[in-house]
Amino acid sequence: MTPADLTTLAAALCLLVAPLALAGLALMNAGFSRSRSAAHAVLSALVASASAAIGFLILGCAFFGAFFGAPSRTITVHGLPWGLIGSAHTFLRGVDLHSAQPALAVGFLLFAAALVAVIPLGSGADRWRLYPMALSAALVAAIPFAIFAHWIWGGGWLSQIGAIDAGGSSAIAAVGGLSALSITWLLGPRQGKYDDGGMALPGHNMVMVLFGCLLTFAGWIGLTSASALLFGAATPASIPLIAANTLLAASAGLLATLWVTRSRYGKADASLCANGFLAGMVAVGASCHLIVPVEAAAIGLAIGVILPFSVEWLDILGLDDPSGAITVFGIGGLWGTFAAGALVPGHAAQWLAQLVVISALLGMALPVTHLLHLAVNLIAPQRVSAEGEQFGLDLHELGAGAYPELQQVMKDHLNR
Amino acid sequence: MKAAALFLLLAGCPLSFAAFALLPPSPARMGFVFAALAVQLLGLVLAFRAYYAHQQGSGGEQ
Repeated sequence: MTPADLTTLAAALCLLVAPLALAGLALMNAGFSRSRSAAHAVLSALVASASAAIGFLILGCAFFGAFFGAPSRTITVHGLPWGLIGSAHTFLRGVDLHSAQPALAVGFLLFAAALVAVIPLGSGADRWRLYPMALSAALVAAIPFAIFAHWIWGGGWLSQIGAIDAGGSSAIAAVGGLSALSITWLLGPRQGKYDDGGMALPGHNMVMVLFGCLLTFAGWIGLTSASALLFGAATPASIPLIAANTLLAASAGLLATLWVTRSRYGKADASLCANGFLAGMVAVGASCHLIVPVEAAAIGLAIGVILPFSVEWLDILGLDDPSGAITVFGIGGLWGTFAAGALVPGHAAQWLAQLVVISALLGMALPVTHLLHLAVNLIAPQRVSAEGEQFGLDLHELGAGAYPELQQVMKDHLNR
Repeated sequence: MKAAALFLLLAGCPLSFAAFALLPPSPARMGFVFAALAVQLLGLVLAFRAYYAHQQGSGGEQ
C-alpha cells in the first residue's frame, strides 16, 4: 500500500464518523428548544442536511471547483492570477468519481455543507419555519459556503496568500456561526424573551444537550481529521495528534467555562459548559495537526473564558440565540482562525494572512448569507406566525409532536 | 441589517485582498489589512446598533 493509498483509506474512515456530528447537533438543537418544538428541531436538522447536500450538488460543486478538474476564474493583478471562484460543471458533471481524491472531496464537502446548514438551526429554534429554512440551507451551502471553501481549500486567493484552515474552523464553523447571527437578526427574539422585563427560556432537555455535545465531539474529530488529510497536507500519522489536540482544547474550554460560570453565578451552568466544550473543539480545528497539545489547550482555555461573557453580551443586545451557536461556532471559529496564525510555526506574516481570512468571512460569508436569508424571507416569511409559535412548531408545522401527552395538556390550557 | 452596515462589511473584503495583491510584505500591507478590519468592525457595530434600536421599537426585523 502506497502512502497515498493509506491517506485515502484514513480519510475515508474518518469521513464515516462525520455524520455523528450532524446527529449530535440535531440532538442539541432539540434539547435547547422547548418541548413543543422538539420534533420540529430534529426534523429541521434532517431537512437542512438534505437541502444543503442537494444545493451543493446543483451549484456548490461548480463554485468549489478544485479537485474537479476545472480551473478557477481568476483576476490578474501585477501579472499574478488570483482564484476567485470555481468554474466546474454543475451537478458534479465531469468529475471522475472513481478516483479516490475527487470522490473523497465530494463526500467531505457534502457533509461539511450539511453541517453549515445545521449549525444556525439552534439559533432560530422555536420560530424558524421549515420550508424557508430548507431553501435558505440549500442557498447558503451552494453559494457562500462553496465560494469560501474554494478560497481557503480549493486553490483560491486565501490559500494563495498562505492562509490555513486544516480542520474547518473558518470554512465550516465560522460560516455556519455567521449564518446563525444573520438568521437571529432576521427572526428576532422568541415571544416573551424580552417582553415585560424579559425572562429566561431554558431548553427543555439538558440531557439531550449534553449527550448531543458528546456525539458532536466524536463526529467532529472525524470531520477535522478528514479535512486535514484532504486539504491540510496532514498524514495518517497526524490523526492521533488531531484527536488529542481536539480533546484537550475541548476539555480546556469546558473547564474554563465551568470555572467562569461557577464564579459568576455560584453554580456551574450545564448548557454553557457544553458550549464551552464545543467552542474549544471548534477553535482548535484550523491548526489541529500543526500545534502541540499545550497550545491546543491554550486555544480552548481562551474561548472557554470568552464564551459566557459573549453569550451574556449578545443577550444584552437583544439577540435571542437559544443554542449559543453564534458564540460557539461564529466567535469560536473566528478565534481559532486567528489563533492558528499566532501559534503555527511558519512564515512571520501567518497571523496577517489569518486576519485576512477573518476579513473575508465578515466581508463575504456574512453579508452574502444575510442577503440570501432576506431574499428567501421575501418569497416565504422565515418566522412562524405568533399563533404558531404559541402552539409550538410541532403542532403548527408537523401536526404532531414529540410529546403528545404534554401537548394535549398545553392545548387544553391555551383553549381555556 | 442596514444597507450602510452591509456595504461596510462588503467593502472590507476587497480591501484586505488588495493589501496582499498590490502591496509587498511591509508595514503598509499590515496597515491596509487593519484598515479593512476596522471598516468591517464599524459595519458590525452599525448592524448590531440597528438591530438593537429596532428591537426597542418592535419585535423582530420583519
